[in-house]
Amino acid sequence: MRLYAVVAAGGFRRHATYRMATAAGVFTNTVFGFIMAYTYMALWDARPQLGGYDVSQALTYVWLGQALLMTCALMGGGFEDELMERIRTGDIAVDLYRPADLQLWWLAGDLGRAAFHLLGRGIVPMLLGALAFDLALPASPWTWLAFLVSVALGVVVSFAVRFLVSLSAFWLMDGAGAMQIAWLAGLFFSGMLLPLNLFPGTLGEVARALPWSSLLQVPADVFLGRSTGWGLVQAYAFQAGWAVTLLLAGRLLQSVATRRVVVQGG
Amino acid sequence: MAEVQAEKVAAAEPALRPEIAFGDRPRLVEGVRAYGLIVAMWLRSTLAYRASFVMTTLGNFAATALDFVAIMLMFTHVDALGGYALPEVALLYGASATAFGLSDLVMGSMDRLGRRVRDGTFDTLLVRPVPVLAQVAADRFALRRLGRITQGLLVLGYALVTLDIAWTPLKVLMLPLMVLSGAAIFGAVFVAGAAFQFFAQDAAEVQSSFTYGGTTLLQYPPSIFAKDLVRGVTFVVPLAFVSWLPALYVLGRDYPLGLPEWVAFMPPLVAGLCWVLAGLAWRAGLRAYRSTGS
Repeated sequence: MRLYAVVAAGGFRRHATYRMATAAGVFTNTVFGFIMAYTYMALWDARPQLGGYDVSQALTYVWLGQALLMTCALMGGGFEDELMERIRTGDIAVDLYRPADLQLWWLAGDLGRAAFHLLGRGIVPMLLGALAFDLALPASPWTWLAFLVSVALGVVVSFAVRFLVSLSAFWLMDGAGAMQIAWLAGLFFSGMLLPLNLFPGTLGEVARALPWSSLLQVPADVFLGRSTGWGLVQAYAFQAGWAVTLLLAGRLLQSVATRRVVVQGG
Repeated sequence: MAEVQAEKVAAAEPALRPEIAFGDRPRLVEGVRAYGLIVAMWLRSTLAYRASFVMTTLGNFAATALDFVAIMLMFTHVDALGGYALPEVALLYGASATAFGLSDLVMGSMDRLGRRVRDGTFDTLLVRPVPVLAQVAADRFALRRLGRITQGLLVLGYALVTLDIAWTPLKVLMLPLMVLSGAAIFGAVFVAGAAFQFFAQDAAEVQSSFTYGGTTLLQYPPSIFAKDLVRGVTFVVPLAFVSWLPALYVLGRDYPLGLPEWVAFMPPLVAGLCWVLAGLAWRAGLRAYRSTGS
């Protein structure tokens, strides 16, 4: 357990090294936040209470999206390129020899990265957004806490998906295409482009049931106070359910894949 | 066998001789020629992996297509966004996406400059007898970006088919003028952004907020944004000239900020001015470059 804590701390420190890049990223998040905020204002101006949000809730949703974009790796940018490269070059054999579980090792590193991105890339855009627009920030500290738990679960789901897709490199060698598809699905079905409760009919129902909604839509609804009491339990159960399912699927695929490595002779 | 190889070497050699690769032509011609040669090299390399090329091009297409799907989903709830109907927004979207797509195809790799400065491989570009800007722009030329252009053109086509426009020769002329000068303006932004990376190597993302952020902004009508923001993208970073002003002329709508009608014909001039400024910034950046030494 200590080992994984050290790996997580390493993941945090590794991303904290690039201060200039973080500042540049915050700038970009803020610019996109402003652009999207104005489009949502126009949308909610035409249809107040659209999707059950009022204007300030919709604007809060925009800035939450910017804050969680890197944290939940909605556009990729975590460990996956590195893992796929290690699989392609065969370095993965070294990783498998290590006295540590492959999946937990990368999970720990990714949790460290997410923690840094939440602090480094999440807080400042949210603050700037709150200065420029009237946001619906939770009054109760318990809501903030509930939100952080939901974000943590979201990060685990995000990790589990990316781990699964990375393993495709065992068969495809170049997993860039598969990763791109997963990335697009994540961007669209997480609710980053448009809140999922605005998706019409069956598309909406499917989108809300897919794992990607755990990355943004579910945490955002917790933050906006739409998931309380029994609803909060359901939200957590939904996220944890996908997290466990996908992590187990990852382990299963990993055991199939590693048998393949042995067959190949490393 | 050895003879065949010797022949191949002899055939390949002329291209390697410096006086042919770098003749006495003007620098601009030389730059364009060098750009073409480097692009041809990357094309050959790209087409060696056809399956991967097809997949990444489709991905590039889908990435921007989803953007437009989100806009169409918005229009399932409203009839107009900021007073603009879907076909009108589609015209703004198509014009800006096509212009940005062209620019991204031609010089989109410029945001890799910071990485090259950081790891020291930029030095390699300086010792080659080819203009540095041409080398940086052609670096890892990505043909897959045709996906974005295709998507932009499709949306533009949809807009032109569904819109009811009273066409005049000037309005017809405005379409190619808008896309080409728009691409040139975005190109200048790419160059200026690259110049900035000489000073702040890790700041490639700042460039994205003006390029990707710019095209996202232009996809929506100017009426929904705050006046100060519209002023900023008209007079400071003149992105409004990429698509907003010319497209509003085609649509026959009022301009933001009460600008006069003739500004719709300014884009080529604005593009020229942007390139002069970007060129100066590039020179300043190149002069200020200090190698990492590693």
